[in-house]
Amino acid sequence: MGVDLAITLGGARLANPIVTASGCFGSGKEMSRFVDLRSLGAVVCKTVTPEPRLGISPPRGAETASGMLNAIGLQNPGVAAFREGDLVWLAERNVPAIASVGGHSVADYVRCIEALRGAAGLVAIELNLSCPNLEDRGFMFALSAERTAEVTAAARAASDVPVFCKLSPDVTDIVAIAEAATGAGADGLSLINTTLGMAIDPLTFRAKLSTGTGGLSGPAIKPIAVRCIWQVHRALPHVPIIGMGGIAGVEDAVEMILAGATAVAVGTANFYDPTATETIARALADFCEAHGIAALDEIRGQVKIEG
Amino acid sequence: MNPVIRLAPVVSASRFGAYRELTIEAPEMAAGARPGQFLNICIQPGGAHLLRRPFSIARADRDGGTVSIVFDPIGLGTQWLGAREKADIVDVVGPLGHGFDVTADPGVDLLVGGGYGTAALAFLAAELEARGGEVHAIVGARSRARLYEDTILDESCASIAVVTDDGTAGVQGLVTDPMPEMIKRFAPRVVFGCGPMAMLRAMAAVAAEAGVPSQLAVEEFMACGVGVCWTCILPVRANGSLKHLRSCTDGPVFDGEAIAWA
Repeated sequence: MGVDLAITLGGARLANPIVTASGCFGSGKEMSRFVDLRSLGAVVCKTVTPEPRLGISPPRGAETASGMLNAIGLQNPGVAAFREGDLVWLAERNVPAIASVGGHSVADYVRCIEALRGAAGLVAIELNLSCPNLEDRGFMFALSAERTAEVTAAARAASDVPVFCKLSPDVTDIVAIAEAATGAGADGLSLINTTLGMAIDPLTFRAKLSTGTGGLSGPAIKPIAVRCIWQVHRALPHVPIIGMGGIAGVEDAVEMILAGATAVAVGTANFYDPTATETIARALADFCEAHGIAALDEIRGQVKIEG
Repeated sequence: MNPVIRLAPVVSASRFGAYRELTIEAPEMAAGARPGQFLNICIQPGGAHLLRRPFSIARADRDGGTVSIVFDPIGLGTQWLGAREKADIVDVVGPLGHGFDVTADPGVDLLVGGGYGTAALAFLAAELEARGGEVHAIVGARSRARLYEDTILDESCASIAVVTDDGTAGVQGLVTDPMPEMIKRFAPRVVFGCGPMAMLRAMAAVAAEAGVPSQLAVEEFMACGVGVCWTCILPVRANGSLKHLRSCTDGPVFDGEAIAWA
């Protein structure tokens, strides 16, 4: 009875491991019509950049089998408006916030982090490393161990809260990128961001997104996420991981914890089930109780591979 | 009202020419629904198509505790929904979005609807008429079978002009054809529109030309419908700058003159 679901995430203590995936929950205001935000470990907010961004033209989304593609172009009101608006709103409600920051250069990330220093209720910062780096021919930071290390070191030096690096699965060796991030001072890792995909309308010959390609999310990518978490946890067992990618139910959350995740973020499921986060958070306690799990440490990384 | 999520039983499923009408029991939604708002409905529960589909509310029976939608069963989601029968259960979120603004003092208004988009305007017509307004409507479709005809619309409107692309009902032409003449004759305060985007664009142009403000309910791809995914944005001009507003929570009704058409 009375399962303790509290976790420590690189120094940040959360009441339970269920958080939201950046870009899938706003900053919680809209979703608070459907869920009690206090039932979640933290709200991971939509990525902000130093200046406001308009984002790309529609169409920005397309449904695919067991998932969806999106390309938003980091539409956001800028870090200053975010701090004064959404972050204050969350702090007033005592909801722990994790800010996601992005940019097109190392300096952009540092500017965001400096603008967030001392913000009430901010428990961690997540670096969205799937942004195109204009100092590296537009390639995502997360594609290169060197660029990942560079931006992580600068972010770590600028931040007064734990820094998590959100990595892309679209790399040859995610362990190498994870090691570069932690080697440069990352307090933890968020695995995984969307994987690049594309869909074409066979009748109009048009790409379904205005950018051609976009990020694939939803249950379709969950096995990729579980694999990445497992590979990274095996190599870096002491690094806290926020696992995400296709979480739709409590069993999915348990699966990621078995692969090595410390926390689990719910993303695309919020779109079709706006109650998903709270449902999973409450079901996790029930699951643990039903299966005799007293603390999540007992099962973290305990996947059995036989044969 | 705050939207709710619930499982709702189907109380009736019927054909409306080429369209389907589905009425579900959802008393809190019926009580709070405004014309122009929408419901976001799960299709194929447990299947591979996860995203809900948005539908304008065609009717809200507050006494009976039911809400209705009208749709064209042409896609995967609408075909699944079109196959629902009485007593089946659907998973619904709603009511969502801002509806049409009907808070001004009663006056003369013009409603322009295309295809099943007219259904949302029937709900609006009843509301405007109940508030003491005088409502005129232009309803159009490709052909007679695709024309949405409704007794509520008939009873709520002082006049209705019918237009079809092929002339199988009413006058042959586009819904925008009778607009200048009707605007001249009735001097409406507002043109309210609902229909495909190309039609809305044409309506906005005719209304603007005549100097009449327009309120248009748009259709965009929506992943969430509740304001967090930012896929359904509509480019809108406000205070001289371009903004990307969400069709779900900032709309789906927008000022026709402010929309920056693609």
